Amino acid sequence: MKDTLANTEKKTAYILTLPAVALVFAIILFPIFANVWISFKEVELKDIRIPEPRAKKIVKSISEDTSKIKILYKLRNSSLIQEIRDVSFQDKFPKNFEIEKLDPRCEFKKYTLKCKFGNWPAKYRENFQVKFETNDGSKIDKKALKSIKPTLNGTSDNILLNTNFTLKNFKKVLFDNEFVDLLLTTFYYTFFGTVGSIIFGILTAQMVNQKFYGRTFMRSVLLFPYVAPVVALAYTWELLLDPNSGTLNSLLINYQIIETPINLLGQKYININILGFDFKLRLALTTVIMFEIWRYFPLAFLFILARLQAIPKELYEAADVDGASPFQKFFNITLPQITAVISILFMIRFIWNFNKFEDVFLLTGGASGTRTLPINVYQQGFAISDIGMGSAVSIVIVALLLIFMFLYFKLLGKRVDEN
Amino acid sequence: MKTKNLILFALISSFFLIFIVSIWKILATLQGLNIQNFNLQIIFIFGVLISFANLRIGNKIKDFYKSILFSLIFVICDGYLIQKLPLWYNIGVFLILYFFVNKINKYSFVNLREQHSTQVIFFDFLTLFGILFFSFVILFPFYMMLITSFKTQIALLVNPLDFSINFGQDLKGLFKSYFVIFESYNFGRYILTSTIVSVGTVIITLIFAIPAAYAIARLNFFGKTFMSTSILIIYMFPAIVLVIPLYTIFSQLGLRNSIEGLLIVYTATTLPVAIYMLQGYFKSIPKELEEAAILDKLSWFGIITKIIIPLSIPAISSVALYVFMIAWNEFLFSLMFLDNPNSFTLSRAIQYLSGDAETPRQYLMAGSVIVTLPVLFIFVYFEKYLVSGLTAGSVKG
Repeated sequence: MKDTLANTEKKTAYILTLPAVALVFAIILFPIFANVWISFKEVELKDIRIPEPRAKKIVKSISEDTSKIKILYKLRNSSLIQEIRDVSFQDKFPKNFEIEKLDPRCEFKKYTLKCKFGNWPAKYRENFQVKFETNDGSKIDKKALKSIKPTLNGTSDNILLNTNFTLKNFKKVLFDNEFVDLLLTTFYYTFFGTVGSIIFGILTAQMVNQKFYGRTFMRSVLLFPYVAPVVALAYTWELLLDPNSGTLNSLLINYQIIETPINLLGQKYININILGFDFKLRLALTTVIMFEIWRYFPLAFLFILARLQAIPKELYEAADVDGASPFQKFFNITLPQITAVISILFMIRFIWNFNKFEDVFLLTGGASGTRTLPINVYQQGFAISDIGMGSAVSIVIVALLLIFMFLYFKLLGKRVDEN
Repeated sequence: MKTKNLILFALISSFFLIFIVSIWKILATLQGLNIQNFNLQIIFIFGVLISFANLRIGNKIKDFYKSILFSLIFVICDGYLIQKLPLWYNIGVFLILYFFVNKINKYSFVNLREQHSTQVIFFDFLTLFGILFFSFVILFPFYMMLITSFKTQIALLVNPLDFSINFGQDLKGLFKSYFVIFESYNFGRYILTSTIVSVGTVIITLIFAIPAAYAIARLNFFGKTFMSTSILIIYMFPAIVLVIPLYTIFSQLGLRNSIEGLLIVYTATTLPVAIYMLQGYFKSIPKELEEAAILDKLSWFGIITKIIIPLSIPAISSVALYVFMIAWNEFLFSLMFLDNPNSFTLSRAIQYLSGDAETPRQYLMAGSVIVTLPVLFIFVYFEKYLVSGLTAGSVKG
């Protein structure tokens, strides 16, 4: 009895989870495997459209005789690169129609014109013409005739499904001169974006954890950048930082802090002199990282605040009795209590920043030294329209992520568990 | 020890004063005032003087009079003698000074002598500084977005620092950018598409997620732990690596440029979060209720619709709002899948608009305001649900 109960429970569970699992599998897991497949292929954007045989039907009258008609089919292969095999054609006509001259490839039976056109090479075009007349001499309705659409079928190779594989894409990705630069840019972007957002998160969480007037309002305001649509925010920043008429540059010039406007999003390097040392700062990348921090510190803030509010008050009271200073309280009580959250946040944000596409894409489009790996996926796949290359870059991203996750759990996983 | 504390106190408080007055100056400049420099030295000297004078006077005068006195002195010296600025600016400065003096009133020679007093002061001012700094840094872009959408192209080019809005004009002139984007750029249609996609995603996600979350929370079956851990890993998986395969598959199936295609992808990407958030809540519902229901021979469908859903309305609504916001804000997939303007979502439409360098930026900002407002409204209005949903279960230790 108990066994059957457990069985029904199992069955129910599978029924309940199946739709969700199937959808997630089809849209998230399957594409990851599909990526591996595509990355070993030479596929371009134009190859992925399945070639179709097409026909445009033009109805023309012959001379004055309304009972006779000429129909012209403009046939073509929609693909410029692929052949279509065994093209078949079919079109229907009213019952009183009789065909004048039959093309050897066709037959006219049961008021239906059926043709077998054989193989069409790429770019194939043909004007195919048939003449009809009505057997009872009645007038032909041209519009009605035109509204009947012919159907065409044919088979063609799907480049994606054949088994020609190549290592070319990976060679190109990994041994390209730009690859190291790409990796470094992605790493800077990810690392500083993550660390910055966590530091700001700690500061703001510490701040809001104190009591002051308007605290709940402050908490909402701090989350604004995180919940607002990225498109709106990116364009606002772009406008704010614009070198010609942007508010920031105008303000700085107005207060005589700078003399000429700085193109914060369009300049790759800027020379900075600190204590006599000249060094080059990657300006556009820094700006993009700033945006990243600005947009994502709220998440860190929220997590850390939730943790801070769970720290027992007694710990601080005891510290007060011992005469601990605010700094000591922060470093000896608060920080150890939030390290676990911080390390989780670090992983989450690191992975997400590593894959962040929209922010950089909208701000700079990957120009002036801000090309990260995700931007490269887009540029390879859609700007250069080399789908295979795009997939190969995606695979590199997944591989790096897996390595990162592995290292993270190896190094930090144990410590998190202890906490 | 005492002098060191005194000097530190004066320094910190003057820097704080400089900071608030500077923010006020920036805002005043943006209203068209011609302020060419921050006068940092003068404010700094005043800050130091006021801090010392405040300590020396102590309790001899009532705090209220003391604040007014100091504020007036500062305003007269700074606003009238040195800079000659209009009255409204000086009223602002007066209020800032009043606030500042009130803040430093609580310090006296006595508590400056206490242990760790400099650190206490430092943290006090740091908190204040942080509140003002972060409010400014966060709200400024939103403020700019809103103001720009009300300006004209010429006004923007002539003086980018002029943020004042001319309320004298009629409504049609004021909201011109909004009228234009609705009439010439078809924004009504994009709003409709975005709404359909977002609401549709919420409904489908909930239909898929509630049963799955229930099963994970309550039922025992093979692969349960695997499923609940893989949910999170899938959630971590980046959208950018899905784009190319989905693009090719959707192209071949003819799902590109269609609302259905977007709905499928959005649902799949939000499902893991939704299931994760819901199952956490379902676990907290007492089991006895369901046991009674099982005795009443209710099927699982009955249990879910009659017990679980009514009991978890708060969690379900927070998931719904969260999913709505994700779908409304989504950009990557709408960029990849939509290239026919008839099927654009709002985000994609704004990006498309910006692709044309000729598009005046006030239209772009008007579009941005339209896409941002619903989200911020939902967020502020339902903040409690959303915040608890965002952190639900994710902060364990």
